[in-house]
Amino acid sequence: MLNRKVATVMTSLAAAAPTLAYESTYNLPVGATDVSARVYGLHMMMFWVCIAIAIVVFGVMIYSIVKFRRSKGAVADQTLLHSTKVEIVWTLIPVLILIATAIPAARTLIVMEDTRNSELSIKVTGYQWKWHYEYIGKGVNFYSSLAADSNEARQLKSGIDPHGVKDYLLNVDNPVVVPVNTKIRVLLTGNDVIHSWWVPDFAVKKDAIPGFINEAWFKSNKVGRFTGQCTELCGRDHGFMPIVVEVRSKEDFAKWLADKQAAAKAATSGEVAPTATAMTTPAAATTAAL
Amino acid sequence: MAHADTHALHAADHHDDHKPHGIGRWLFATNHKDIGTMYMVFALIMFFIGGAMAMVIRLELFKPGMQFVDPGFYNSLVTSHALVMIFGAVMPAFVGLANWMIPLQIGAPDMALPRMNNYSFWILPFAFTLLLSSFFTAGGGPAGGWTLYPPLSLQAGDSFPLTIFAIHMMGASSIMGAINVIVTIMNMRAPGMTLLKLPLFCWTWLITAYLLIAVMPVLAGAVTMLLTDHYFGTSFFNPAGGGDPVMFQHIFWFFGHPEVYILILPAFGIVSEIIPTFSRKPLFGYDAMVYATASIAFLSFIVWAHHMFTVGMPLAGQMFFMMSTMLIAVPTGVKVFNWTTTMWKGSLSFEPPMLFALAFLFLFTIGGFSGLMLAIAPADYQYQDTYFVVAHFHYVLVPGAVFAIMAGVYYWLPKWTGHMYSMTLAKWHFWVSTISVNVLFFPQHFLGLAGMPRRIPDYNVQFTDWNMVSSIGGFVFGLSQLLFVAVIIQSARGGPKATAKVWDAEPLGLEWTVPSPAPYHSFSDAPEVH
Ligand SMILES: [Cu+2]
Repeated sequence: MLNRKVATVMTSLAAAAPTLAYESTYNLPVGATDVSARVYGLHMMMFWVCIAIAIVVFGVMIYSIVKFRRSKGAVADQTLLHSTKVEIVWTLIPVLILIATAIPAARTLIVMEDTRNSELSIKVTGYQWKWHYEYIGKGVNFYSSLAADSNEARQLKSGIDPHGVKDYLLNVDNPVVVPVNTKIRVLLTGNDVIHSWWVPDFAVKKDAIPGFINEAWFKSNKVGRFTGQCTELCGRDHGFMPIVVEVRSKEDFAKWLADKQAAAKAATSGEVAPTATAMTTPAAATTAAL
Repeated sequence: MAHADTHALHAADHHDDHKPHGIGRWLFATNHKDIGTMYMVFALIMFFIGGAMAMVIRLELFKPGMQFVDPGFYNSLVTSHALVMIFGAVMPAFVGLANWMIPLQIGAPDMALPRMNNYSFWILPFAFTLLLSSFFTAGGGPAGGWTLYPPLSLQAGDSFPLTIFAIHMMGASSIMGAINVIVTIMNMRAPGMTLLKLPLFCWTWLITAYLLIAVMPVLAGAVTMLLTDHYFGTSFFNPAGGGDPVMFQHIFWFFGHPEVYILILPAFGIVSEIIPTFSRKPLFGYDAMVYATASIAFLSFIVWAHHMFTVGMPLAGQMFFMMSTMLIAVPTGVKVFNWTTTMWKGSLSFEPPMLFALAFLFLFTIGGFSGLMLAIAPADYQYQDTYFVVAHFHYVLVPGAVFAIMAGVYYWLPKWTGHMYSMTLAKWHFWVSTISVNVLFFPQHFLGLAGMPRRIPDYNVQFTDWNMVSSIGGFVFGLSQLLFVAVIIQSARGGPKATAKVWDAEPLGLEWTVPSPAPYHSFSDAPEVH
């Protein structure tokens, strides 16, 4: 009895483990890439700079409020009108703090913008209200929409408890699959209105704008399932077009790609791609692809 | 002849108290106090309409799942809440305060252009009737966000032209109000009041008025281009016709960032009046305050693209806008340090205006901190369009701008009505508002960092707890504003007589040299300023 309970807990833990996204409910994730870790570092650096300034400034304010009360007999010092020396000091100190923080920020920005030497390019197109992914030069492309169970539960007054739905609003029918430790370039555009493709664990957020192509990149150090959402208001169902990226080992990715390529080939050759075809061809396709 | 002279003198004696009667007093108002009152009442009504929309938003977000409203209607609420609060509540409240206080502070009998003053107010009720009536058109209210980004905003139904025309009218009203402020301050100051003796509320409003004149036409241009794209086949923002949707964002934020300072500079002015009064000590570094305000206004024109780091700007562009934005922290810091030093070695008392000014000082600074974090472009990639941004701008707009307005109302209300109000009730309003506003907005920082995008009507279950906390704070904050109304009504109806100085302090400024309530025509004879 107890054993079975432990087993259930273990299985649910195992099921939960790959979902690395959103480890915190109150802070940014450190994420799965070097860039996301750097951004997290910048974020925490700025946070502590603000805390330090707050301690000094709020400290003086609170001290004044407590110490210089008229009800405690405080008499105002009417001579304290201005001081050029003090004004110069409290103009220069913030300037120095800002320069000190701007340098690491600028360095990180340069790294984020460097999309050269990517090993795989994926074109992402925002639609109202789903994403389309195209693996450039690989002959694989598909739409990715909100998972059916989430979609059913999110209808007005559906009566379905979102707590019972797997990864409510953060689950899709076809996730994007990418290999681990590989520099992936993402090319973004919009089909109808502006969308924005955000995966917090990669620190990637770029607008998908009709008529234009934007670039971003990530290189995940971890295998796992990473989720995100559209972050540019794009109409009625803006809240219902999530992003799911599955980072797999290079071998698993190659196998997945081969499966997809075979299915695509089967579909274009006019066959009504039965499951059997898709199931049997991967081996041949894998060798062909590699 | 002699008779006529006596009659004229007699009329002049009673001129101060002569008020037109009936509805005509308000419809054809040219008196700065009447127009100021109408602005303030209008702003209060809009504050409650915009607030009611916020209550529905917080109700829907109370827990995951769609319980109350359709997602499309939710987007309309988000859009209209912003437009109503910005253009209907905060801006008219500042114009109302300017109308009431600028002539009183500079020793003038009235505003320079009273007829235009009347137009600039009376445009507003029509503009907002137009905007709010769009909820009843086919397709519902405007749902593309208050930023009106195309192509999304072009997908709107019949609400589209109504929204555009409403914005045009609001802009015309703002420009007229701004011209009036500039002409009044530049030409009608009492003899001896040089520019560097001008009260800071007038200074900040003067600079705000220039910002308004500079950027309102830009907004008008942007929305007109949307209109022609929608109805007349132009392609300013349509990529299929060679246009660029990002160009709209650049134009919009060229208006939008100075607009942010339009919403906060007069607040700085109000706080700069109140803190010295209740510290019983003149403002520390007056000149530095004026120069800091001017620097903020100048910088506001060269930081706009920090609202759009994710659109795919060139690296050099992102660097420039990151650095220029960080620079704004310097003059803003100077202001906060000056207010703090004004309290240093003062003799502080904590009447309701001072309480609200102090809450402003702490909570606006928190909004400033998150603003500094948002300036860091690489980190902004994570913050952009999340609840972290929502928390940031609500901190600077609600316990920032709105609290400063409330501080100003509590400071000058006895001067307007001639009656003191219940300090106990006002302190209740202060404490309930200040606690609930933090319960409302602080958890939104967490939501944004944890990954919740803004402008979504539903969310994953992991965001439930902080949303519930935020909603509870929102309901309490909304209800507590009824106390504000109660205090105002009570003071307007009666109460202990207020003295000319109103406060148990030595407030500086000409407004405290006239009796309370201030005479209908402020200064028939210009006072001398030394
Ligand atoms: Cu979208």
